[in-house]
Amino acid sequence: MTLANSRAAESLSPQPEAPLQRINAPRSFFRGFGTTVNEIWEYRELLGNLVRKELKVKYKDSVLGFVWSLLMPLVQLGVYWLVIGKFLGAGAIPSYGVFIFCGLSVWTLYSEILSTSTTSVVFNSGLVKKVYFPRELFPLAATGAAVVNFGFQLVILLIADVLAGIGTGKWPQLQYLPLPILSLLVLVVFGAALGLLLSAANVYLRDVQHLITVVLMLWFWVTPIIYTASRVGKVAPSWAYQLYLMNPMTPVVFGFQRFFWPQGKGTQYEFTGDVYGRLGLLLVAGLAILWVSQRIFAKAQGNFAQEL
Amino acid sequence: MSTPVIQVTDVSKKFVIRKDKSLKERLVNARRSKANAEEFWALRDIELSVHPGHTLGLIGGNGSGKSTLLKIIGGILTPTTGYVERRGRLAALLELGAGFHGDLTGRENVYLNASILGLTRSQTDRYFDSIVDFSGIENFIDTQVKFYSSGMYVRLAFAVAIHVDPEILLVDEVLAVGDEPFQRKCLDRIKQFQQDGRTIILVTHSLEQVRQMCDRVVLLNSGRVVVDGSPGEAVRHFREANSEQEQVLQANRSHQLVISNPRVVGSGGAGAGQQVYPVGSSLSIEFDVTAERETADWAAGVALTDASGLLVYGTNTVVQNLSVPALRGTRTVRFRFDQLPVADGQYFVDLAVHPRMGPDYHRIDRAVSFQISNDANDAGVLALSPKIEIE
Repeated sequence: MTLANSRAAESLSPQPEAPLQRINAPRSFFRGFGTTVNEIWEYRELLGNLVRKELKVKYKDSVLGFVWSLLMPLVQLGVYWLVIGKFLGAGAIPSYGVFIFCGLSVWTLYSEILSTSTTSVVFNSGLVKKVYFPRELFPLAATGAAVVNFGFQLVILLIADVLAGIGTGKWPQLQYLPLPILSLLVLVVFGAALGLLLSAANVYLRDVQHLITVVLMLWFWVTPIIYTASRVGKVAPSWAYQLYLMNPMTPVVFGFQRFFWPQGKGTQYEFTGDVYGRLGLLLVAGLAILWVSQRIFAKAQGNFAQEL
Repeated sequence: MSTPVIQVTDVSKKFVIRKDKSLKERLVNARRSKANAEEFWALRDIELSVHPGHTLGLIGGNGSGKSTLLKIIGGILTPTTGYVERRGRLAALLELGAGFHGDLTGRENVYLNASILGLTRSQTDRYFDSIVDFSGIENFIDTQVKFYSSGMYVRLAFAVAIHVDPEILLVDEVLAVGDEPFQRKCLDRIKQFQQDGRTIILVTHSLEQVRQMCDRVVLLNSGRVVVDGSPGEAVRHFREANSEQEQVLQANRSHQLVISNPRVVGSGGAGAGQQVYPVGSSLSIEFDVTAERETADWAAGVALTDASGLLVYGTNTVVQNLSVPALRGTRTVRFRFDQLPVADGQYFVDLAVHPRMGPDYHRIDRAVSFQISNDANDAGVLALSPKIEIE
């Protein structure tokens, strides 16, 4: 043994020495964000692999695989179209199916981001306790996987648009294309920010994962997905309507409808307010929340390994 | 002297054990939440610096803080006070296959686990064949790992881990896996790591492994460093601490047979304390056995261990096929070695009297010790004197 080690010492001496680096050095609350972003960028390949893992594992051993993640919103679409559109007579809204699916697809993305990132750290406790890499990767990987699933729904939405376009002669106008892109950006920023916060909270209090399903159900109904916001404007007092429009998901849905639901253009069902302004404001607010969430997450993550 | 690769400065770690976990419990117990939180210090004021090329062993009983220290060095836990500095790429073998997902195939898991441990995709591509080759499970690489046997699982995980090419390797109790040939393969690999001048920190309960592999050992007890020194020294301390505990346990038992007055008698040194004999001396190990009441079913045994705790020789009257007379009162038992062929060093004698089957009547570990001295500087436990010829 001593022989091996003396040889070791010889082979090592000519190496240039890197400076000692402090592990888990405390960072000030206001400055650590940039460092973390850099670190996550360094681990981007792992992030990609984790997203791939999430997607692979979800439908492993099932014959239909990805079809399942499409089936759920499609069935929802069918049910709402039939029950609300036909039975309850909301069918006056033009191309009601396309209208619903605009909201439903973004909502599916949003709720999937929140519900899967909430449990992401707890479900990966084996990794958290045994290997070091930025813990932010877990909720971010959940977000990434949800975005990929959303991609498939977008394809369905485009197909629906083509069918509706042939039927009504109204096609999406390219000038509104920046709106859904901006909407998506706002959605992902908000989703990631809340996801970070919730995933950390869930480590300390498992109630969070149950709470979030209840909150998401409520949130779904205060977002203009299967009914129009203009209807709310008619029945609610004006202060309540303004409050209603503060829901960050509302302008996101508007943004999508403006582009993907050209049939509503010029009708009483369309939201005529300033969608760009609202989305821009939300983006700034979302980024601020993301920053705060990450700092809270960073504070909390030091104790993850012992809490799990 | 080179600068250390790992510097642990004044590290303490406090754990708080909470007994209420749900929101309801926290609210209900809000005022008593202090009472429900129990804290204890897993580590206390640890100072440690590890220089490149060394293999450091961490030993200690269960709950002594070994694994916590390893996790803090690995960055998985953050210390309550103090800090850790290190340089170079680190790989932690804390639990083999921690990143494995049962539903993915071996191949997919290799790529995922490699990227968790810090390899890029192109590096993994390059090492892939060698990883599969080392694991020896070529035929199952495209099978989901949930169908693997535990041995296969661990083989694949270890194969990935050693290809990460770290400068610092943290190993926690993972070498006791796989069958013997595979274990040997792993040990060979670790020896090669040592020869490459990499730094290894090893947590293990196998004192034999510590003696074989480490050049420095830290013994922890209740979160504090007790011994920081050579493997022999630390292992000896650890064994002594353990045997003290055992003797306390035995003192409570009512003995049917009791050993007393153990001694080593030989031609040579006859000091009361430390006895020194030349190599090849004639030695007798003697002790008295007292029976409270007449006992026919008994046997006596001795064991010789060296300073590091390695068993050098052991025997008893049953193994020697010796029929012993029924015992009453006090008798002396003598094991005589006409020529004791052990090499230079200190040796300890364990004594025991026991029935032919069943637990010991009385046992004393390290009852006496003696020293063998030799002018020649040969290594090992046995004193052989070969004739060396060169033709």
